[in-house]
Amino acid sequence: MADPHTIHVDIVSAEGEIFSGAATMVFAPASQGEIGVAPRHAPLLSMLKPGEVRVQTEEGTEQLFFVGGGAIEVQPQQVTVLADTALRAKDIDEAAALAAKQRAEEALKERTDHITQAEALAELARAAAQLKIIAKLRKVRG
Amino acid sequence: MPGTKEIRAKITSVKNTQKITRAMQMVATSKMRRAQERMRAARPYAEKMRNVIGHLTEANPDYRSPYLQQRDTVRTIGIIVVSTDRGLAGALNANVFKQTLLLMREWQGKGATVKLCLIGAKGLAFFRRLDAQILASASHLGDRPHVKDLIGTVKVMLDAYRDGEIDRLFLVNAEFVNTMTQRPSVAQLLPVQAIDTEDLSDHWDYIYEPEAAQILDSLLMRYIESQVYRAAVENVASEMAARMVAMKAATDNAGKLINEMQLIYNKARQAAITKELAEIVGGAAAV
Repeated sequence: MADPHTIHVDIVSAEGEIFSGAATMVFAPASQGEIGVAPRHAPLLSMLKPGEVRVQTEEGTEQLFFVGGGAIEVQPQQVTVLADTALRAKDIDEAAALAAKQRAEEALKERTDHITQAEALAELARAAAQLKIIAKLRKVRG
Repeated sequence: MPGTKEIRAKITSVKNTQKITRAMQMVATSKMRRAQERMRAARPYAEKMRNVIGHLTEANPDYRSPYLQQRDTVRTIGIIVVSTDRGLAGALNANVFKQTLLLMREWQGKGATVKLCLIGAKGLAFFRRLDAQILASASHLGDRPHVKDLIGTVKVMLDAYRDGEIDRLFLVNAEFVNTMTQRPSVAQLLPVQAIDTEDLSDHWDYIYEPEAAQILDSLLMRYIESQVYRAAVENVASEMAARMVAMKAATDNAGKLINEMQLIYNKARQAAITKELAEIVGGAAAV
């Protein structure tokens, strides 16, 4: 990091580290348009759109990483890309939330079945007890 | 030889069971290692996220995100309970549920109602029988949970929090201490507790795209998602470790049982031979 001509890049996602190393230039799909980050860039914080992050390494090669969105943090000698592992959009999130709610409701529905089953079992036990008493009474009378 | 055949059949059956428990033990061992690696892999993201959020809150003292605000009165709490999908993992789930019930009782004692979010089939099966309200659930995430499978579940709780439906959010899962020890851990997710920053001495601010408030909120959302993801992965590691230990004990017990039965079998066999010999000798003497 002492080298003023490179910038340290970390690309991490919640599920793991994707890239870590020095670069001469980084391009990222920020929410307001693609940005290029050179060493000694002013501190910047931006959300990312789904797209590709390009990292130009010291050897002059370019590495491509797809990100499903996320955030980028730029400090003069350090770039951190916090990548989303999944594609995020408001309606996709909404649908996922709805599905989670539905699963809970289904589970609760099963619970009512469970209760009726328990009720039926109790009913059965009561009926069995009554039959036993009837049988005993018959014995006494007979 | 009466009885020996039955004993032999029993030994074979126990041996087969032992083979299964041994296989399960080995599978759990290798799965545990992979789960531990995933736990480690998730760490840098959470750490970086903490740094950025800490810096953001420090740089923008005028904006108070609802996720950071402490609410004075707590009427309802939310609990995200992480459990396993499958059993045969010792007392792992039972301990997590016990801890959750303690937490529920504590808050119910203060007059708060409890709303649950359940991750894992075992938790669903257990808490369904209680009359706590279940807001969301996710199960069958497999041995490799993905963030995208948890987003919906977490969003339900975050929305409930924003709408004032719940005033506090807790996370309960089995913490992986080491291979032999897993203990239930309770953590408060919302409101996010003070995040300490490293270097507050150099006060510089970012250029924001779009504005800071929006970025802070979506970062906090992702931060909480990553916490729940970490809990899910940690729970898998704990599950595998607990299963490994449970299956090792089962394999050892089966071995002991086999030894005992082998002894009984040998004795029965010896007794039969002696009896036969005695009969032959007796018969010969009679002649």
